[in-house]
Amino acid sequence: MATELFLAASFQGLIQQLVFGIATGGLFASLALALVLIYRAMETLNFAQGEMATFTTFIAFTLLTSLHLPYWLVFPVTVALAIVLGVLVERVIIRPVERAPVLTLVLVTIGLFGIFNGLMGIIWGYVVRPFPSPLPTTPILLGGVGISYQDVGLIAVSTVVLVLVWLFFTRTRVGLMMRASALYPEVSRLLGVRVGWMLALGWGLAAGVGAVSGMLVAPIEVLDPNMMQSILLYAFTAAVLGGLDSPVGAVVGGLAVGVILALVGTYIPGAGELRVAFGFLVIILVLVFKPGGFFGRVQVERV
Amino acid sequence: MPLLELENVTASYGAVKALHDISLNVAEGSVVAMLGANGAGKTTTLRAISGTVKVVGSIRFDDRPITGLAPEEVARRGIAHVPEGRGILAQMTVLENLQMGACLRRDRAGIKADLDRIFGYFPWMSGRTGSTAALLSGGEQQMLALARALMMKPRLLLLDEPSLGLAPTVVRSIFDIIARINREEGVTILLVEQNAKLALRAAKHAYVLEVGEIAVSGSGQELVRNESVRKSYLGY
Repeated sequence: MATELFLAASFQGLIQQLVFGIATGGLFASLALALVLIYRAMETLNFAQGEMATFTTFIAFTLLTSLHLPYWLVFPVTVALAIVLGVLVERVIIRPVERAPVLTLVLVTIGLFGIFNGLMGIIWGYVVRPFPSPLPTTPILLGGVGISYQDVGLIAVSTVVLVLVWLFFTRTRVGLMMRASALYPEVSRLLGVRVGWMLALGWGLAAGVGAVSGMLVAPIEVLDPNMMQSILLYAFTAAVLGGLDSPVGAVVGGLAVGVILALVGTYIPGAGELRVAFGFLVIILVLVFKPGGFFGRVQVERV
Repeated sequence: MPLLELENVTASYGAVKALHDISLNVAEGSVVAMLGANGAGKTTTLRAISGTVKVVGSIRFDDRPITGLAPEEVARRGIAHVPEGRGILAQMTVLENLQMGACLRRDRAGIKADLDRIFGYFPWMSGRTGSTAALLSGGEQQMLALARALMMKPRLLLLDEPSLGLAPTVVRSIFDIIARINREEGVTILLVEQNAKLALRAAKHAYVLEVGEIAVSGSGQELVRNESVRKSYLGY
């Protein structure tokens, strides 16, 4: 009897951890997708992706708390502002170094990291703030398993975002132009595509997706300028795991990292403290044993 | 008034001059060929026109200067360049390649009609729109490159060695289609070709390039009769 109860409880616990893992995984997936979007276009990692997301989340915070706008208006407005911000950053800061070596670009994005972090400190300060959530904090009970509205909301929103991005790239003219520009910039220009603007749009889209993940993180954590830093690490882990140039890989990698972290944190005693180290461990293992990631591009070419 | 006019065009890659003072004309509606050995500057001439190499001199298209314009702006004026090596979007499908040709157009009905017309030129293509372009044969890729250029609705088509690496029968059918495109679509064509026999048969007018300069020019007939051209390029 006692063992049966324990088994049932641990089974429910497992389900809860899986849901939690998928929910946080969706978060990692959307930020990883933002990283992949930029990586595909310019083969560099945007180390400022997390700070840009936090910055736009602060904008959402101001719209919500100072202007008292309703959440469902703030959400799309913030995403739109983030897209504009991403385009501006590309046009003003990245454009002059577009053709520079990768290391230069990486350094520029690290510089951007510092700029956005400092700006947030100046404008909003380093005090942690609670970020309002539109979802109730009570759990939903499903067959004896308690699942939080937050987790369900996370899963729903990241699914919608990922599907929208996928539809954009596969079903629209501009999405097609962006894909072609990323893979074949020279040929795309011969077809009349303004590749530079496609790159800027890529930055905008990445910033928009990042803003969504920022607004999803903020109610779970607390809002402060360093909010996204650990999440960025897991997003990197997810992107490397899935293959840096693969959007599908980013999503699968994000979910995998989320679920693995949740399980490791629950079932291996003391491992919760080592989550960050775990992220690095995965990155190193993947880079050593499967450098392209699990969904990385396989070159198909006929000579 | 020629559709395309190059006057004293010079181009270099770093310190190496690839074109010296080239001047040439392409009349509207014609097929013009450029012959010459490897490294004579044929490809560079096309690249100069499409803006993919820096040039000094004057290039005019439709009586407006296009010298120094970025490649995407040249393309937007109606010049389609099928580059050396075909420039296929290898990891995309056949249909996506064709859609990329039409990516600046908004006339859905026109695009649909052009697709159907292109499937008329290349009947095999309509059944393989979902294939990855990388998996096509060399000849099919060349046809796809041509088809994609047509989707741009260009006024001038720049073709860089359409026969390169292809079997003779494939080459013949591609040249037949090039001739039809010129006749039926009214597209002006500037053609770079190592295979002089083919090029001179297809072209109304031809230029022979030697080490970055124009050595001979004339109508296809004249060049076939020209002794040095015959010896160097036709091999008899």
